[in-house]
Amino acid sequence: MGNMALFLIKTLIYGFTPPLKVINLLKQIRFIGTQSIFLIALIGAFTGMVLSLQGYYTLNKVGSVAFLGPMVALSIIKELGPVLAGLMVTARAGSAITAEIGIMRISNQIDAIEMMGLNPFRYLVVPVFFAGIISLPLLTQIFDLIGIFGGYLVGVKMLGVGSGTYLGEIPNYLDMNDVLEGLYKSISFGVIISWVSCYKGYYTGTSGYGAEGVSKATTQSVVLSSAMILIWDYFMTALLF
Amino acid sequence: MIQVEDLHKSLSGKNVLRGVNLSVNKGEILVLIGMSGYGKSVLLKHIARLFRPDRGRVLIDDKDIGPLNSSELSEVRSRLGFLFQGGALFESMSVYDNVAFPLKEKLGLKKDEINERVLRELDQVGLSGAEDKYPTEISGGMQKRAALARVLVWQPEIILFDEPTTGLDPIIGHAILQLIEELHKNRNFTSIIVTHEFQRVFKIAHRAAMLHEGTIKALGSPDEILDSDDPIVRQFITGDTEGPISYR
Repeated sequence: MGNMALFLIKTLIYGFTPPLKVINLLKQIRFIGTQSIFLIALIGAFTGMVLSLQGYYTLNKVGSVAFLGPMVALSIIKELGPVLAGLMVTARAGSAITAEIGIMRISNQIDAIEMMGLNPFRYLVVPVFFAGIISLPLLTQIFDLIGIFGGYLVGVKMLGVGSGTYLGEIPNYLDMNDVLEGLYKSISFGVIISWVSCYKGYYTGTSGYGAEGVSKATTQSVVLSSAMILIWDYFMTALLF
Repeated sequence: MIQVEDLHKSLSGKNVLRGVNLSVNKGEILVLIGMSGYGKSVLLKHIARLFRPDRGRVLIDDKDIGPLNSSELSEVRSRLGFLFQGGALFESMSVYDNVAFPLKEKLGLKKDEINERVLRELDQVGLSGAEDKYPTEISGGMQKRAALARVLVWQPEIILFDEPTTGLDPIIGHAILQLIEELHKNRNFTSIIVTHEFQRVFKIAHRAAMLHEGTIKALGSPDEILDSDDPIVRQFITGDTEGPISYR
């Protein structure tokens, strides 16, 4: 844990001192953010749809179907959007980042950067770190919007809840603090994913060499990122509640 | 030019280096031989300060590189080149971009100058015309030559070669050695070559050393090593399975 903390401190130091490798940052935003949009949209739509379906039957029992819109929106914006977007990005991009940096480690490409008198953190870690912080909140917003729309499709078009009721009730129960809670969570999950995936890739050699080492590092990266997201989510919720 | 003094290093609980002492003179080619897994590459990485020793020190031009801060280390490394075993080319970049990378990122040269130097080095290693290819699209021998061009492009005074001919067929391996010899004549760099193919590499070397069980077991001219009476050196040279070196 001490090494991980030192790794984060080094990342922050190099991240906030020039030069920032802008091209590498843009490439990582494209990889972590842009290329995750389809997956996030798909998962967001089905999450909203299933929430609407489950919520409708529950709320119908107590005669409160009018609250379907706020229930879907609050669940997604405060909780499911940031968490599921974080888990999806961990699975899609975090694992790939660990594997890529891990392969660079075992094939001496990181050593080669050092031998040129350059700092590997600036080229490999810092761009991923900022790309995670920038991409996660944006992906979460996309997840939220599509999730609410998915809930709308099921609730309004399939189950017959009034369109005005579904959408009109949302502003009555959703305030800015709820939106900010989701935003803060998604930023912190962006930090967790980029931090863990880069750390595990960078120190691949310590968990075994060759393909086995990369495989182990990738598995550890996904498991640790996912666990940290869920655990941190609890503390964030408790703090922001 | 390079001095290694009483170098000790343990990795995963194994004492890989147990007091290595070695010096390499300016302009000299020293060949380092020894059994696999006995720390030859680890020693090279200490000289480049990619590893830090548990005890002992490495001096380059009488300067201990252990306590150097990052900017001082960067200065020392600007005089060093390291040809890694697999080449360590960046797979996401073309051959041209690989060779241009240190010039662009480290030296910040202008485009025209980068272009001139990259094309010159690629021509020197016989890779003219392969500029736009990616490492995965070229053979192992071409990868080694491209990696050598990347090392040569910033004109280091010291080049560390980690098994430059391993994995190559005899003709390509020979061509790489001829290239190293020719480049050494033109540029007079100081060099350590780690290899198992000592018969061929000895032809271009000034001295040879054998690393065994964490220490330098033998040091001398290539002929002295080849004619050594030491049973360990003899067994390694002849490749006998019977003898003091246990390969199991």
